[in-house]
Amino acid sequence: MSGKHINLTLKVWRQKGPKDHGSLVEYQAKNVSEDASFLEMVDSVNEELISKGDEPIAFDHDCREGICGSCGFVIDGEAHGPLKSTTVCQLHMRNFSDGATLTIEPFRAKSFPVIKDLMVDRSAFDRIISAGGFISVNNGNAVDANAVLIPKTDADEAMSSATCIGCGACVAACKNASAALFTSAKISHMALLPQGQVERKERALNMVAAMDAQGFGSCTTTGACEAACPKEIQLTNISRMNREYFAATATKRPKHKDGGAG
Amino acid sequence: MSIFLGSTVGKKFLMGITGLIWAGFVLAHMAGNLLIFFSNDAYNSYGHALTSGNIIYIAETVLILALLIHVGTAVLLTRANRQAKGSAYVVVSQGKKKATLASRTMAVQGSMVLAFIILHIITFKYGTYYETNVHGIVMRDLAKLISEVFSEPGYVAWYVVCLVLLGFHLSHGVGSTFQSLGLMEGTYRNLWKKLSCVYAIIVALGFISQPLYIFLSAH
Repeated sequence: MSGKHINLTLKVWRQKGPKDHGSLVEYQAKNVSEDASFLEMVDSVNEELISKGDEPIAFDHDCREGICGSCGFVIDGEAHGPLKSTTVCQLHMRNFSDGATLTIEPFRAKSFPVIKDLMVDRSAFDRIISAGGFISVNNGNAVDANAVLIPKTDADEAMSSATCIGCGACVAACKNASAALFTSAKISHMALLPQGQVERKERALNMVAAMDAQGFGSCTTTGACEAACPKEIQLTNISRMNREYFAATATKRPKHKDGGAG
Repeated sequence: MSIFLGSTVGKKFLMGITGLIWAGFVLAHMAGNLLIFFSNDAYNSYGHALTSGNIIYIAETVLILALLIHVGTAVLLTRANRQAKGSAYVVVSQGKKKATLASRTMAVQGSMVLAFIILHIITFKYGTYYETNVHGIVMRDLAKLISEVFSEPGYVAWYVVCLVLLGFHLSHGVGSTFQSLGLMEGTYRNLWKKLSCVYAIIVALGFISQPLYIFLSAH
């Protein structure tokens, strides 16, 4: 523990509700321990606001361990702040210099409407997942671990894609508010595994359709999403999604009009 | 097919394919232009050979169609993307998470390049028609026209600016095409990006060399 303390000026986006216009309000964060996380720093500012009878700054948070995907806002134009592969709850104040002025804004995207201050509604992601980000066919009982043949590289790649926590930083960082990184991570994760094969084409078709229907933009390959991602989800996922989607639209067979006899 | 082209993924696919057609064309165009460094006759004969067959009409049709699709899709996508973003951030990222300038300004570069292409065709294809005689064949003296045009500093400056923009547009566009087509993976991921940059630099410098050469040798 270094025990060092710093002082900061915060310009925080305050917005009373979804319909309010919102604006930046200046606060002083005094005597902040360098060992505190960014959220703990905002907590202490909030304590002060509450003691003065003011409304505290609303922000999303839950596990504060960087694994749940609840937290996230933008610090000086960067989703989850200046550090790579880090959620804002795992960002520590030692990364900021004494006397700095930080501008804190909510994730901005039409499909992520602001609920209040730094809180945004990310249920558009839930709707993409519910379009196909799961396996609904019965794969039978759990078989012997080594009975399911899968190359190690594929298993590793699927695991990397599966680490997405759905925080929405990719959308926040993208100039087009594209959800391509998020959607492609889920499509990749299952397309690479044997269990995902049965619904592979349908998943690609339905999840891309849902992504577009939620009003997210398209991918310009700026790479801002990958840079902002706290879980280092790779841009190659988007390439795989594009291929999966193309293959699915080109080769999907039409459904039979009547169901079979079962 | 309509589902595919209606999606954001399909539209980017279309942008990539039409972009690649033009990327191939500009490379060939740049290489052909280099003949001016050998002789005016070689340059004029090359132009004459290109325009005397019927193949030019096929090439022009393909290029115009590709351009119309590229620009039309770009307008649709840019508009949808601005709508999707809604409001902008008060502070823009300057740190490690910042995207490249070329990738953030594709629409602006593209608009400039489009304006350039139109003016470029007016200046040369529909410019003053001089005639010359190379080994007994009467043909258009394009070498004379370009030496006339590029002796003016204003034209040279405009060309250099637009060709640098074209270089930026190609450096991001060609690399991203591999992403849109679903080929940006594994070992070759960074290779595509590097090749795209090298290609863009070769095309931009190759094109810029001619107006600069003509301007400097005339002054």
